[in-house]
Amino acid sequence: MRRSLEQQPDEPLVRIVDLGLSHHHQQILEKVNLTIEAGSLLGLVGPSGAGKTTLLRTITGTLRPDTGSVEMRAGLSIGYVPQLETVNWNFPTTVSECVLMARTSRRFAWPTSSERALLSGILARLGLDGLANRHIRELSGGQQQRVFIARALLRSPDLLLLDEPTSGVDVAMRHELLHLLEELRASGMSIVLTTHDLNGVATHLPAVACINRSIIAQGPTEEVLTPETLELTYGASMQILEHAGLRLIVESPRHTHPPFGNDANPLLGQKR
Amino acid sequence: MIDELLQPVGYEFFRNGLIVATLAGALCGGVGVYIVVRGMSYLTHGLSHAIFGGFAASALLGVSFLLGAGVWGIASALAINSVTRRRPIGADAAIGVVTTASFALGLILFALFGRSGRSFDAALFGSVLGVSTGSVVAILAVSLLVLGVVIFFYRPLLFTTFDPEVAAASGLRTSRVEALLMVVFAVSILVSMQVLGVTLIAAALVIPPTTARLLTHSFSKMLIISSAIGAGCGFVGMNLSYHLDVQSGPGIVIVAALAFVVVYAIKRPSGMQRAIA
Repeated sequence: MRRSLEQQPDEPLVRIVDLGLSHHHQQILEKVNLTIEAGSLLGLVGPSGAGKTTLLRTITGTLRPDTGSVEMRAGLSIGYVPQLETVNWNFPTTVSECVLMARTSRRFAWPTSSERALLSGILARLGLDGLANRHIRELSGGQQQRVFIARALLRSPDLLLLDEPTSGVDVAMRHELLHLLEELRASGMSIVLTTHDLNGVATHLPAVACINRSIIAQGPTEEVLTPETLELTYGASMQILEHAGLRLIVESPRHTHPPFGNDANPLLGQKR
Repeated sequence: MIDELLQPVGYEFFRNGLIVATLAGALCGGVGVYIVVRGMSYLTHGLSHAIFGGFAASALLGVSFLLGAGVWGIASALAINSVTRRRPIGADAAIGVVTTASFALGLILFALFGRSGRSFDAALFGSVLGVSTGSVVAILAVSLLVLGVVIFFYRPLLFTTFDPEVAAASGLRTSRVEALLMVVFAVSILVSMQVLGVTLIAAALVIPPTTARLLTHSFSKMLIISSAIGAGCGFVGMNLSYHLDVQSGPGIVIVAALAFVVVYAIKRPSGMQRAIA
């Protein structure tokens, strides 16, 4: 069920209450409770098949929960950045075509002069100026990621959702992306991203929610990422090392047992 | 020489055939872009064979071909669309079952009640004979309608075709957009079938976009180039079919295939373009 929240400053943007969702008789999400506050930069952390993408899809409304509710602030606009692995890179589309297609408030092909100004402003902000007429496949991995962020930003979203934005990218690009997300948050946008990269991404975020079919814990990163929570989330024993002000999560060498979530999430097979 | 080339234009049936072939080429070239970039070429085979069933049934019932095959075709297209959206069933297999059954039904109806071999041949391979002024009006109307749809729904169509998941997440009603596309496919095949034939229409929907893809990596340019290639092949192919005294479908398709070979030879695919969408 989708409901609207009052548009009050102290109300969250999204409140998910007791959400459950199953697919082909398999429970993917169960009693999920999560709030997304305005101005947050939240990481959804969990193993593969834990239901991270599915949870994002219930927020965008492409999946309907079987039980529970997703309450959203009235008029909330959402920008969605898919996993790069799901993109059809042979599709004939230039950078500007790719970014503009999402602005469906206008249906025609050709952009208005204000749209052109908006487009060039966003491309410049994301360091993509001069690439507008290039095919999306000709870009570097970091540029490709930013094209899809630009596409989401063109809709001026209140909430930006990114699905595994750092999967398969190198260290420099990961830093660049985290820096960009921090900038966007500073400009007033709320951001939720999924990641299974604990050290590269999660520990750099101000807040995380650990998920494995349901939310194990949500809150400030240093409070949530404890050995106990991580073991419950990943089903593996982990330790946290502190070194020169950095927190490093490492697997314990002792025997681990399988997590209760698994890789056989049937919804993941539905990606294009 | 010139007189000889222009001689058929003196016949009304040929003029009609030429207009229909050119428009059908442009229409299929444009619509085919949406099919090729989705990797749904099998759909065109399926849909044209399904429409053949409606063609035979309308001949049997004595109703207008456009009406009978049109209703049949649109129903098949929407049925295919709903099957495609249900993933556990293999979409290609389900389409194979539904549409070949429809084709087989058409063959049986023709065998039992068909009057002569000619209309059967014409349905399979296309014929310039019997292209009436009504056919010209029909294809003109559909071409304008499809042009209007492509222009007016450009971004929703493109977004849904490229990235249905994110399009849906952005609030687009993608199931409606996809249904609209399926209806566009069905009516385009329907009005083009007369000159192209059931068995060869898939080529008119697939070859021009594939050729255009070698020439551009922009979607809007691909639409324009593909339509132009389709129109050119329709025009040249129809003339060729008259002078060689062969059916119009093979004439048009062989010209399209030659155009592809020439472009492919000149624009040797680079690493980027090697895997055509």
